Amino acid sequence: MTIKRLATSVAAIALMAGPALAEVDFSGKTIEWVIPFSETGGSAKWANFFAPLLSEELPGNPTVVVKFMPGAGSTKGANWFQEQEHKDGTLLFGSSGSTQFPYLLNDPRVRYEYNDWIPVMATGTGGVAYLNPEDGAKFDGSANGLKDVDLIFGSQGATGLDLVPLLAWKMLGMNVEPVFGIKGRGDGRLMFERGEATIDYQTSSGYLSGAADLVAAGTAVPMMTWGALDENGNIVRDPTFPDMPSFKEVCAATDGCETEGVAWDAWKAFFISGYPSQKIAFLPKGTPQDVVDTYVAAFEAVRSRPDFAEISSNEVGRYPMFVGAGAEKATDEATTVSPEAKAYVIDWLKEAYGVTIE
Amino acid sequence: MDLFATALPALADAWALILQPVVLGYLVLGVVMGLAVGVFPGLGGIAGLSLLLPFMFGMEPVLGLALMIGMVAVVPTSDTFSSVLMGIPGSSASQATVLDGFPLARKGQAARALSAAFTASLFGGLVGALFLTLFIVVARPLVLAFGLPEMLMISILGLSMVAVLAGRVALKGLAAAGLGMLIGTIGVADAGGSLRMASYDFPYLTDGLQLVIVGLGIFAVPEIVSLLRQDRSIAKDATLGAGWMDGVRDWFANKWLSVRCSLIGVLVGVIPGLGGSVVDWIAYGHAVQTTKDKSQFGKGEIRGVIGPESSNNAKEGGGLVPTLLFGIPGSGSMAIFIGAIALLGSGDIEVGPAMLRDNLDITYSIVWLLALANVVGTLLCIGVSGGIAKLTTIRFTYLAPFLFMLIAFAAFQSGQNFEDILALFAIGLIGIFLRRFDWSRPAFLIGFVLSNPVEKFSNQAFQIASFRFRKSFEEGMEYIFSPIVIVLLIVTVISVVLGLRQAKSIMAEGEVQSGSKRAPIVFLLVILAYVVTALLNANAIPDYNLTDKIVPLVIGGITLAALLILLAQMILRPEGDTIFADKEMAGEDADAPYGLWGTLAWFAGLIAATYVLGFVLALAGFLTTFLRVRAQATWPKTLALTAAVIALMCVMGGALNRDFPPGLLQDAVDLPWPLK
Repeated sequence: MTIKRLATSVAAIALMAGPALAEVDFSGKTIEWVIPFSETGGSAKWANFFAPLLSEELPGNPTVVVKFMPGAGSTKGANWFQEQEHKDGTLLFGSSGSTQFPYLLNDPRVRYEYNDWIPVMATGTGGVAYLNPEDGAKFDGSANGLKDVDLIFGSQGATGLDLVPLLAWKMLGMNVEPVFGIKGRGDGRLMFERGEATIDYQTSSGYLSGAADLVAAGTAVPMMTWGALDENGNIVRDPTFPDMPSFKEVCAATDGCETEGVAWDAWKAFFISGYPSQKIAFLPKGTPQDVVDTYVAAFEAVRSRPDFAEISSNEVGRYPMFVGAGAEKATDEATTVSPEAKAYVIDWLKEAYGVTIE
Repeated sequence: MDLFATALPALADAWALILQPVVLGYLVLGVVMGLAVGVFPGLGGIAGLSLLLPFMFGMEPVLGLALMIGMVAVVPTSDTFSSVLMGIPGSSASQATVLDGFPLARKGQAARALSAAFTASLFGGLVGALFLTLFIVVARPLVLAFGLPEMLMISILGLSMVAVLAGRVALKGLAAAGLGMLIGTIGVADAGGSLRMASYDFPYLTDGLQLVIVGLGIFAVPEIVSLLRQDRSIAKDATLGAGWMDGVRDWFANKWLSVRCSLIGVLVGVIPGLGGSVVDWIAYGHAVQTTKDKSQFGKGEIRGVIGPESSNNAKEGGGLVPTLLFGIPGSGSMAIFIGAIALLGSGDIEVGPAMLRDNLDITYSIVWLLALANVVGTLLCIGVSGGIAKLTTIRFTYLAPFLFMLIAFAAFQSGQNFEDILALFAIGLIGIFLRRFDWSRPAFLIGFVLSNPVEKFSNQAFQIASFRFRKSFEEGMEYIFSPIVIVLLIVTVISVVLGLRQAKSIMAEGEVQSGSKRAPIVFLLVILAYVVTALLNANAIPDYNLTDKIVPLVIGGITLAALLILLAQMILRPEGDTIFADKEMAGEDADAPYGLWGTLAWFAGLIAATYVLGFVLALAGFLTTFLRVRAQATWPKTLALTAAVIALMCVMGGALNRDFPPGLLQDAVDLPWPLK
């Protein structure tokens, strides 16, 4: 491979008698980055942030446009992407936890296969749970004092990213009643601020921009983060919130909550899929290696911009951005779940919320 | 007091930021782009903002804001063109404008209606900005006072406008609203995920029908088809009566109505989660209730234009409150706006609770940029309204194919599915028959728009209320019957009682003659069949998902009862009774030289050809054939018009980076854009 490429490069130099350009050149081309959600969601924000940066780093500086293909909880766009073949490397797809969960849960609408796609970049986030002051006072690092408290939570649905907090609270033996049908975590926070909901969670950026003020004003009490993954795949404290215990610590301190076994494995699998590897950029199946390498190099260059940490604080926070092999590993973790863990979650969804996935 | 101590300097800073020539230049640029996008129905602010997004990265914050706000602010102004001139609701904000704006255009008073609408818009925008300047620093507790029971009551207040718009036979209005609500429940339920009148084998319906498609289908398609059948111009006798100065004078004569509707707009806009779709109906209802002579509503009453137009720009200002204070977008375009702000400058302006504390000057800049954009946009719109109003004097047969093209393109943009166009056709058929048999189309649309909020808020409020009742009875009662709820309840009851009393004199469909029994009864039976099917379908949802079935069952039950009473009345009453209203019996439709089905076949042909050849090729064929055969244009005229329109379409589509519906041909062969 390398020798072959060297040979073609040499040949190219010989032919053009000019400086060696990258083999892949997108001059004058338009790259379409398809997002299976509407213009208004978090994935739109994510792609719109990366698109101009990517355009600067790809050879030939192509225009990168973000296209939206919402529908059927993102499965419509993902099914469409499954049917695309490599043409000239101008198609990119962005998936999110909401695309990964239906895949993990065998949703009947899913006709896509993650193993066919080629991941080039992945980013993640964390999550923070918080309580109202009255019930928060009963929290002491363990949830033992919260077991006979009834709590209300504004939820977007049990099969989306809210699955992770709902399952965590259930494992802690807490009685949290979800009020379904809200749109977006911001609405959940508003419901909490109005005193209608008594427990809530936000992703890291949502917590920093909205809920942290409530904590400062004394109208909310932080409970725990979901944690973060270290290189060995262990759950550790979230680097963005080093002073907050992770769910793993709280679980270990709470009677009846196990940090091993099928429930824990199930929670961890869905946590990884929904948070540390939440958003992934893919090239379609059949993309040749040189095109893949070009994209990986471009995302690598984006990541190593001196101002990247600063400009990306709203988008990726202090969480690692994975590129190339790292993105492949992240995708693997985000889309693999053991059959036992899957069965456990499907049973729990049916029993607790009457959700059947057939 | 210390509020003023921080607010006043921030206000001064904001003006210093805004009043720079380069900032104003960007604002005007944004306004012009917004006007260009806004005249295309169904595109609106979301498409425009998406177009600007790539340029926002790292841009000087105040310049980026000026550009974006200029664009967002004029969309509810410029979409008035299509509402008034063509009867096409340009966006959810201008649905009520169609009711009286379009009849005015048909009377040849388009310029008057437009300039009255624009003046009202301008005034609403300014009132909104002024109100916000004072209000924004103290808005937080008020916004938080609006919980789920309060939002449910506002939705019900919106729904009570059905009483005013029900038409001559109140039961028919009720049934139309019920049918609209049932159609609004199609798809996956928000709460439990059950499917209603949908199947995963046909994924299109699982997301429900889009408001754009229902709005276009219910209002635009029936009017276009009817005018095309009559083969005349929109304005009767192709002459323009009143000019634009008359409109400004009309606004001045109704300035207090405009003030009240502006305040309604700001206040409802402030409440997050309701969106703007109720505002214009509440304003329209208010305009009706405060007018002494109600006989002109639905036939071209200028107050029916001034009311909703005053409220819809004011609403944009109100919508800034949840957006800026809570980081919760009040609408789709506001969601993109929030995302775009994070890209500006060094990315340190974060919309949300910290905005007032850290960036009060930016907050005020946004409020007043919005007001300025309104002024610039309105002046531009008034300036061109006299010229654009001439469109209504063109023979409609020349306009119709372009309107078919516009609404098909707009429908497709809502979901990028071929099914979107089919859905437009199906809803259009419902609209045609609702119009023909004098079932209130506004009532249907209000039902559709409010179906989701009513269902969502009632389920959620019920859940939280039962949680509170478990704690104690007092706490539960306190939650449900807050002072705001009680006030809204009283307003709703009054509005229903007054509305029912007045409804008989308001004919949203104009005068309709009555005729024989057969056709109206057949239509009733078709609706009845759908309602029964929907009821059976909802009933089949398992009981553990009660939240997903209760609203369709209740609404369906009420609709069914109304329909059965109507059926009994139809059987008992003699022919010629008002209940048998039928536009095909007498009047414009009956005298039209062309039949309904033949005219509709042209539109169906465009859709079928799109399915095979893709939109652009189908359009070329359709325009050529239509202009040659139906309009009997000469070959040079036909070809020139076709080429011009396709070029315009491609420029628009290309600039906004939008695809056109592909067909079977595109599946088989790879074609270059725009044919792909």
